[in-house]
Amino acid sequence: MARIIVVTSGKGGVGKTTTSAAIAMGLAKKGHKTAVIDFDVGLRNLDLIMGCERRVVYDFVNVINQEASLNQALIRDKNCNLLYILPASQTRDKEALSQEGVGRVLDELKKDFKYIVCDSPAGIEKGAHLAMYFADDAFVVTNPEVSSVRDSDRMLGILASKSRRAEQNEEPIKEYLLLTRYSPERVKLGEMLSVDDVQDILSLHLLGVIPESKSVLNSSNSGIPVILDEKSDAGQAYADIVARYLGENRPHRFIDDKKGFFSKLFGSK
Amino acid sequence: MSLDSHKTPTMPHALEFKSSTFSVPVLVLSSVDLGIIEQQLQEKIKLAPEFFRNSPLVLDLQEINKQGLGINIEELTGIIRKAGLFPVGVRGGNVQQNKQALELLIPVYSVHKGGVTAENKKQKTITPAPVPEQKTDTDIGIGETTLITQPIRSGQRIYAAGDLIILAQVSAGAEIMAEGNIHVYNTLRGRALAGVRGNTEARIFCIDLQAELISIAGNYKVSEDLDDTVRNKPVQIYLQDQALIIKDIVQPH
Repeated sequence: MARIIVVTSGKGGVGKTTTSAAIAMGLAKKGHKTAVIDFDVGLRNLDLIMGCERRVVYDFVNVINQEASLNQALIRDKNCNLLYILPASQTRDKEALSQEGVGRVLDELKKDFKYIVCDSPAGIEKGAHLAMYFADDAFVVTNPEVSSVRDSDRMLGILASKSRRAEQNEEPIKEYLLLTRYSPERVKLGEMLSVDDVQDILSLHLLGVIPESKSVLNSSNSGIPVILDEKSDAGQAYADIVARYLGENRPHRFIDDKKGFFSKLFGSK
Repeated sequence: MSLDSHKTPTMPHALEFKSSTFSVPVLVLSSVDLGIIEQQLQEKIKLAPEFFRNSPLVLDLQEINKQGLGINIEELTGIIRKAGLFPVGVRGGNVQQNKQALELLIPVYSVHKGGVTAENKKQKTITPAPVPEQKTDTDIGIGETTLITQPIRSGQRIYAAGDLIILAQVSAGAEIMAEGNIHVYNTLRGRALAGVRGNTEARIFCIDLQAELISIAGNYKVSEDLDDTVRNKPVQIYLQDQALIIKDIVQPH
């Protein structure tokens, strides 16, 4: 049975698209046929992060309006042939999405794909609402600072009350916390909320912590999902997250201040 | 009347007198300039049109009578009606004002002389959300106890017609309201309003008080008014002489 995953946050700029690209790639690399959909109609970004912007012909809105078939609009990823991207339309706005149309596209994808990753736009308006409405699982992306945590909390409330599963009294959406841009050093200095602080406020299952990393920006700029950068800490963190989501037991990393060998030796701060 | 009831002994009770407490907004006047009153009233209403629409209102004339200023009740009530409010009483009026009010079929109330204790100096009163006109996430039947096991997230509103029991946390930015008592067996970070229809006996209980606002029958305190001595621990909150009392649930021996 296919599962629909929404990557959401409420707040903008916390790493939803980076996360969507990374976990979609991770799931496909693990051998699951995966589609990733950009719900940010009008502010299309996922294609850039996935490095397929030069191959966009049709988009999500075209498929919803039945101007193109799903197969025409889906773009196969150049790094992994089990991964497909459905880009957003840049020339339209969120009003172009309809619940019925989104439902129809997802139903069609479910026949052929194991995982469907929905990259939600920021906010709690129509685009974000439709991105989460049909979801089975939610990855709530949060930065360790108060406004992001508050917005995630709001989004969790919406997931619990306004989704299809909530409306039809089915088993609720499974919610997972992804803490991104985490810096143990800054937590130590009291400049950032700790994992425990965030979990205390949100009381949510922690799927993983992504450390603040230069590799994220480098990967975005070069259009290669960061999970493919296996040497980078962020890439490894995303790989852990995908493995944990698929049921593997992996200890959490990147939470504690990792001192280098020399600083340990000499006891420097 | 006794004759009538004698004639029809099988007639079921058609009516019954009961006592009930309502919270009604009071308009305290400090000016007799009807033009200014009208203008400022309109401005206030503009801030919360839904709240004020068709709301009952008691006119408090104490202040202007203290200053020895006279006011025409008929013209005043005309302005209030025009603003979409229903004057349902006058208090603190002089003999002439009271007479005028009664002629207009507006009841006269005596001034309540309840002393304000030092304890509730920090506390303000709001007219309780009269009836939740806005849609809330949960609406439950009268008098029943509502049990919620899921966290109440930021932005969610819960309304219970009876008691409300919540086993999970209530996040900052959430609002829980009950006509009866509120129990939160977890951290309370949002707003909790018990006795929203004026039940002054209602109480709030929580395991960890970090609330943004607590209110019982319209008497409220905001987070800023809460001492560190009552925060982050199990407390109960109740009303005594119109003052909100916050006490440890477990009393030291």
